[in-house]
Amino acid sequence: MTRKSGSSFGRRGFMLGTAAIASAAALGVPFESVRAATVLDQAAPDLASYTPGFFTDAEFRLLCAITDRLIPGDGDGEKIGPGALEANVPVFLDMQIGGDYGQDWYLKGPFPKRPSPLMGYQMPYLPSEVYQRGLKLFADAAQAAHGKAFEDLSADEQDAFLSDVQSDKVDFLAMGEDYLSGSNFFGQLWSDTKNGYLSDPMYGGNKGMGAWIMIGYPGARASFREWVTQHNVPYPLGPVSVQGMRA
Amino acid sequence: MAIVNDEVDAVVVGLGWSGSIMAMELARAGLKVRAIERGPDQTSEDFAYPKPADQYGYDKLYKVFAKPASAAVTVRHDTGGTALPTRQWGSFCPGNGVGGAGLHWTAVMLRPTPTDLKLKTYADEVYAPGQLQEDMQVQDFPVTWDEMEKHFDFFEKVCGQSGTTGNLRGDIQPGGDPFEGPRSNPYPLPALEDTLNCSMFRETTTKMGYHPFSNPSANVSQAWTNPYGQNIAPCNYCGFCSKYPCLNYSKASPQTTILDALKLHKNFDYKTNAEVTRVELHDDGKTAKGITYVDETGQEVFQPAKMVFLCSFQFQNVRLMLLSGIGTPYDPMTGEGVVGRNYAFLSNGGVSMFFKDKEFNPFATAGATGVMFNDVSPRAGFEDGVKHGFLGGAKIHSSQSNGNPIGTPLPEGTPGWGMGWKKGMRDWYGHHMKISITTTCMSYRGNYVDLDPTYSDHLGNPMARITFDWKENELKLQQYLKDICLKIKDQLGPDSYHASFLKMDSQYDLRPYVSTHNVGGAVMGDDPKTSALNKYLQSWDCHNVFVPGGNAFPQNFQANPTDMIGALTYHAAAKIVSDYVKSPGPLVQA
Ligand SMILES: Cc1cc2nc3c(=O)[nH]c(=O)nc-3n(C[C@H](O)[C@H](O)[C@H](O)COP(=O)(O)OP(=O)(O)OC[C@H]3O[C@@H](n4cnc5c(N)ncnc54)[C@H](O)[C@@H]3O)c2cc1C
Repeated sequence: MTRKSGSSFGRRGFMLGTAAIASAAALGVPFESVRAATVLDQAAPDLASYTPGFFTDAEFRLLCAITDRLIPGDGDGEKIGPGALEANVPVFLDMQIGGDYGQDWYLKGPFPKRPSPLMGYQMPYLPSEVYQRGLKLFADAAQAAHGKAFEDLSADEQDAFLSDVQSDKVDFLAMGEDYLSGSNFFGQLWSDTKNGYLSDPMYGGNKGMGAWIMIGYPGARASFREWVTQHNVPYPLGPVSVQGMRA
Repeated sequence: MAIVNDEVDAVVVGLGWSGSIMAMELARAGLKVRAIERGPDQTSEDFAYPKPADQYGYDKLYKVFAKPASAAVTVRHDTGGTALPTRQWGSFCPGNGVGGAGLHWTAVMLRPTPTDLKLKTYADEVYAPGQLQEDMQVQDFPVTWDEMEKHFDFFEKVCGQSGTTGNLRGDIQPGGDPFEGPRSNPYPLPALEDTLNCSMFRETTTKMGYHPFSNPSANVSQAWTNPYGQNIAPCNYCGFCSKYPCLNYSKASPQTTILDALKLHKNFDYKTNAEVTRVELHDDGKTAKGITYVDETGQEVFQPAKMVFLCSFQFQNVRLMLLSGIGTPYDPMTGEGVVGRNYAFLSNGGVSMFFKDKEFNPFATAGATGVMFNDVSPRAGFEDGVKHGFLGGAKIHSSQSNGNPIGTPLPEGTPGWGMGWKKGMRDWYGHHMKISITTTCMSYRGNYVDLDPTYSDHLGNPMARITFDWKENELKLQQYLKDICLKIKDQLGPDSYHASFLKMDSQYDLRPYVSTHNVGGAVMGDDPKTSALNKYLQSWDCHNVFVPGGNAFPQNFQANPTDMIGALTYHAAAKIVSDYVKSPGPLVQA
């Protein structure tokens, strides 16, 4: 597989900061069986040249750095499948969070400050506000803990910090935030990251259907009458997408 | 001033399953019928391949569901608590638009048993006085198996129900459910094909002495022409069913089975994007004169009608009764009043199992694909309920409703994110099957529906407030079922597994999806002191108001609700056409 890794590399390095360069090296590395999908990939925007429509450049850089740890690329290790960056998850997030995602939620008050988690989502925020607040708290807390930006931490440090946010050891509510705890923010971001990784490419993520190829999911084929009685036989065909991509 | 429409014989509020059935039967009888549906029109062409083959859109963004912004309810665990709104959907998610939840149900279509219809009688016979919880309020349905059977039979023909007969006029048949009530006719169509998880579960549980059978399905196994002349195509196991409209014209829905035939009746019409806000009563409060709705421009419209049918789904039906002053609201302190009484839900749970060497191809499936057994159910011969001190049971099943990748379960110990998660997805997607339970849920003095004092909807009307929590009876049942499921798991021998069941101190969790099988709140019965509706779903208080839906169930049985909801609607329609239209008045004397 040939990819213009040279050019996207420099820009990505610029975008993501030096610490992300190591893992971004994975971007130039092909993973097995993605070959057929490569052509299609080209239709999707390249993350390196993507200009976020909703997030600021700084927010987007941070999102890239976080999602790169949530689903890392393979790097020099075993070939498994795309990371969040190769799958364009940040593009998905930009399109969804800046789109009408959450516009149909019920967001009239009153909003209790410490509701039981059993009651589900009880914050006064649209997803856009969850992200804007969450990314700022996240960036500030990383800076306070390490004296540098999250993007500039080592991968291990980043993972440890993410775990602390996930478990509320990094306490957003002690930083003046009324509703959005670290675990809330982590939960929302991780759920949206998985959605972007595994949904149909028409939403901006799952570039080239790479995640589907990795797990063996046939996407939008949606016709298995002859197949349903073939027990315990791996399904032989690659995925198709709603808009007609094939791999 | 409100706009006033021309008067109709019958106004039907909501055009989902019960509304479509009622409108069809009344239109066939020559009545002038108008349906008022709050959501958009939705035709099968809107859902042509490949549009529904989109997990994110339909399953995560809830494309075809009601929007919480306009259709939320509030929920709390007990009468002392403050209820909070369902700002996003979680444990249940109501439908919207023409077809209602019938457009995107899973289509497991199953009858309750004769015992389920007479549960109070059964409990009184089988349990010692004082053995069951004191605050339990189970009641008999005011209909008998013999009254209902022909209506199940007809609705199942409308849907092309596919399954294996277990009891044909009293003769037990091989391969079916030996505990089902006697059927007058076999299932219209043979069962769906087994997937690998089905055959493993079937074989193992048969060896263990249970009586497994294919999940009865309204995803049809073969081409079918229904009694209204509608053709349904054989299911192609597309893997996009529960929460998705059918892309293959194979799932029984109002669209595929009723609406095209209904629209041929000149005496029927319908309005969409029109939300009914209340039933208008005559001054004496004893009959309705019509309904008021808000049309898509925001205008209030009065629709005069000789009969009003609330077909707007369980909690919406209860709410419209409360907003309109039909019947006495239930008071959990005194136990008096009936509207809102006996809300019930259901619980689920199960064991997730992982097999390295098995390819389940979970994407190749119908919504209803699965195998279940009903050995654990309230019935003569089931003694463990008495032994363990619970009333109820569960379908124990291995179903594979879809294999779409968002939400793929991974073995315990797999990292929740990062490289380990990615590896887990690669290694385990498609190697997973589940043993599940779908339980009964009894009704209790403290579980009910009323109007919320704080939160209102987009039109400024109070939301329905649900007060609900698990009770000891249901939690004991869960512990009992857990043991059974773990034994089945042992026999199946997975490489790894994890179990999720309620614990004895579990509270109702609004977050994970359970099922949209909300029932009760305006229940049917023989006694107006403990029921809001008589056996024809007619309000005891306003004889020209009828309220079909799961709201009529006095408690929840373990079968999925829609076969019963449809059959009750047919039962009521038949009586209305034969008697009520000729001489309007109470169909049952209180
Ligand atoms: C994802 C999912 C899976 C399911 N799977 C199964 C299954 O496998 N088996 C089973 O038996 N059941 C299943 N169900 C439940 C089944 O869909 C319901 O039991 C059935 O649809 C109930 O019929 P209904 O007519 O009462 O309500 P619905 O079919 O929901 O119709 C109610 C209609 O009323 C409209 N409405 C509501 N309020 C108003 C108003 N104020 N004014 C005007 N219109 C209004 C709604 O928009 C809707 O169209 C499932 C439900 C869901 C959501």
